[in-house]
Amino acid sequence: MTALRRNLSGALVLGIPLAWIVLFMLVPYGIIATYSFWIKAYPTFKPAFQFGNYVTLFTDPQYVQVLLRTLKISALVSAASLALAYPFAYWLVFRCRWQGVRTWLYMAVIAPLWVSYLLRAYIWKTILGTEGILNSFLMWAGLTDAPTDIFLYNQFAMILTLTYIFIPFMVMPIYTALERIPPNLTEASADLGMTPWQTFLKVTLPLSMPGIAAGFTLTFCLSFGDFIAPFLVGGPDGNLIASVIQTQFGSALNWPLGSALSIVMLVIVLSIVSLSDRLERNSTAGGA
Amino acid sequence: MAAIIQLRGLSKHYAKHIIGVDDVSLSVEDGEFVTLLGPSGCGKSTLLRMIGGFEQPTHGSVHLAGRDVTWEPPYRREVNMVFQDYALFPHMTVGQNIAYGLKMAGMDRAAARAKAAEALDLVGLPDKIDQRPHQLSGGQRQRIALARAIVRRPKVLLLDEPLSALDARMRDQMRIELKHLHEKVGITFIMVTHDQEEALTMSDRIVVMERGRVAQDGRPQDIYDHPASPYVANFIGTTNFLPATPAAAGRFRVAGGELGSDAAGPAGGAVTLGFRPEKARFLAPGETAPNMVEGRVAEVIYYGLGLRTAVDLGGGASVFVDCLLPDTLVRSAIPQPGTPARVAVEPHNVFVFAGQVQP
Repeated sequence: MTALRRNLSGALVLGIPLAWIVLFMLVPYGIIATYSFWIKAYPTFKPAFQFGNYVTLFTDPQYVQVLLRTLKISALVSAASLALAYPFAYWLVFRCRWQGVRTWLYMAVIAPLWVSYLLRAYIWKTILGTEGILNSFLMWAGLTDAPTDIFLYNQFAMILTLTYIFIPFMVMPIYTALERIPPNLTEASADLGMTPWQTFLKVTLPLSMPGIAAGFTLTFCLSFGDFIAPFLVGGPDGNLIASVIQTQFGSALNWPLGSALSIVMLVIVLSIVSLSDRLERNSTAGGA
Repeated sequence: MAAIIQLRGLSKHYAKHIIGVDDVSLSVEDGEFVTLLGPSGCGKSTLLRMIGGFEQPTHGSVHLAGRDVTWEPPYRREVNMVFQDYALFPHMTVGQNIAYGLKMAGMDRAAARAKAAEALDLVGLPDKIDQRPHQLSGGQRQRIALARAIVRRPKVLLLDEPLSALDARMRDQMRIELKHLHEKVGITFIMVTHDQEEALTMSDRIVVMERGRVAQDGRPQDIYDHPASPYVANFIGTTNFLPATPAAAGRFRVAGGELGSDAAGPAGGAVTLGFRPEKARFLAPGETAPNMVEGRVAEVIYYGLGLRTAVDLGGGASVFVDCLLPDTLVRSAIPQPGTPARVAVEPHNVFVFAGQVQP
C-alpha cells in the first residue's frame, strides 16, 4: 500500500481495474457462491450452509441430462467451427495470392460481429422456419410439396446457429497462429523430402496448435454459456444449462439452485480454460 | 570430374519487365565449392532457389547429375538447403530436427538418431541432441542447420547467405569451419553471399552476378587480379579508376602522368584504367619508376593494419594507396597531408576497361 501511495498515477492505473474486478466480478461471484449453499423456503430463501443444491444437481437426472447435452452441443459447435475455420484460414494464409482478397475475406468473417448477436441468431429463425427462405426454396425447386418443420426447433438448428455466430472466434486465433509460422519452415520440410501433406501434418498442424486450442476454448465456452439460441431456434429437447439457470432465477424462483448451477458451470469453464492454457504453453515451449 | 549441376539458359521473369534471373548457364563440378556473389537484387538467391526447387524458371532447365529436374518439387531433388535464418523446427529437439529427413527415407528411429548424432559430431556439437533450437546460440543453430542439411548426404548442398545472421567474430570462425566441413564431406557446395571476403576465402570458384546475369565466373585469384568489368573490379575489393586516353602501344595518359598496362586494352577511344590500392606504392625521394603518377597527399586514414592514403592527382582525379605497417616504429614513412607524392604501379597490375567508368 505504501508503494501505491508513493505513486499516485500508478495507483490509479492499477487501482481502477482492480476495483472494477472486485466490485463487478469477485463480489458477484461471492454472492452467487454464498447463495448456492442457501435453502429455498418459498417464497424466499433461508441462509444456510449445506450441499443440498449440489446433491440435487448431480442426482436429479433432469439436470445431469441438461449438463451433458450442453457439453455435447458446445463440443459439436467447436468441432464444426474448427472443421470450417481451419481450411479457410489455411487457404487465406498460405494459398491466397492476392493481399486484397485476403484482407476482404478476413474482414468478411469479422464483420458479422458488428451486428447484434440477437439479430444474427434471429436470422436463422427466418431461414429455417416453415415460412422461411429454405422452405420457400425447396418448394420452388419442387423438392417438397409442403413446407417442412424439420429444420427449426431442434439441436441441429442450435448447432448451426451457434456455429454461425461463434465461428469468427475460431478463425481469428487460427489465422494468427498460421500467419506466425515462418514460410521457410515449410520450405525446409519440403527440402528434407516431405510431401506437402506430410509437411502439413508434421510442421504446420503442430505449430498451429496454440491457435486451435484458443479457438476451441473460445467457441466452446461461448456456446456453453449461451441461452439465446435454445430460446430462439432450440426445440423441446434443446434446453441448455444457461437457460435452466435463467429459469431458476426467474419463473422457478429458486436462486440457491440457480447459483449452484452457475458455480458448476464456472468450474467447468475455468477447467477448460486452464487446460487449453497449459496445452498452448506446452506447444509454444519451443519458442518461435 | 563430372558436372553435378547444369543450368541451361535459366531465366526467371516475375512480371513482364521484372527480371530476376536472365539467361544464366552454369556448370558446377562434383565436389566444387561455388559461390554466387553479388549485391542484393542481383538474382543470386533466386538462382539458388531454382536449383532447390522452390521457384520455377520461366525459361531454361536445371540438370542434377545428368537428370532434368526443372519441374521436380523440392522433396524429389537430392539437394538440401541451409536457409538464411536456419529454419529449424521450433517444436522439435535438435536430434528430431536433424533426423527429420531421415525417417522419410524409411530409416528406423534408432538408426536415424545414430545418424543425427554422427552429423552433430561432424559440426562439433555432440552434446546438444536433446536440446531445443531456442536454447542454442546463433552459431550453434547455424551448425544444427548444417548438420540437418548434410545428414541426408545430398548431391549438392545449397547455402543461402549462411553466415549473414552471425556476429563478426562468429562469422570469421564459421567461415573456416564451413570450408573444413566441405573438405570433410566432399559434397558440392553452392553458396550465395553478398560478402566478397566470404566468397574469396571459402570458394573454389566465384560466380559474380549483376542484374540477373553472370558478370564473371572464375577462381577467386583470377577474379580479383583480372576482373572482367569495372562492375566486378568495384564489387570485389577496392579499385582506383582513372579516366585515360591511349598514348602509345600499351601506354595511357592519365591525370598526374602516364601509365602502362600489360592488359590488352580496347582499340582506340577513351578508356578507364584501374588498379588496386595495395598494389601501388609510394616512391622514396630520388627513386624513379617508369610507371608512375604524381600528385599531392589529400588524406591519410589509419586502420590498424596499415594506412590508406588518398592522393589527389589534379583534374578531379584521385587514387588510394594502401601500405601495411609491419613495424610499430616506422613513423617517418607516414605521408603528411599536403605534401607531394609519387605513386608507382607495375604494368601487370593495371586493368584497362573500355569507355568512361563512374566509380
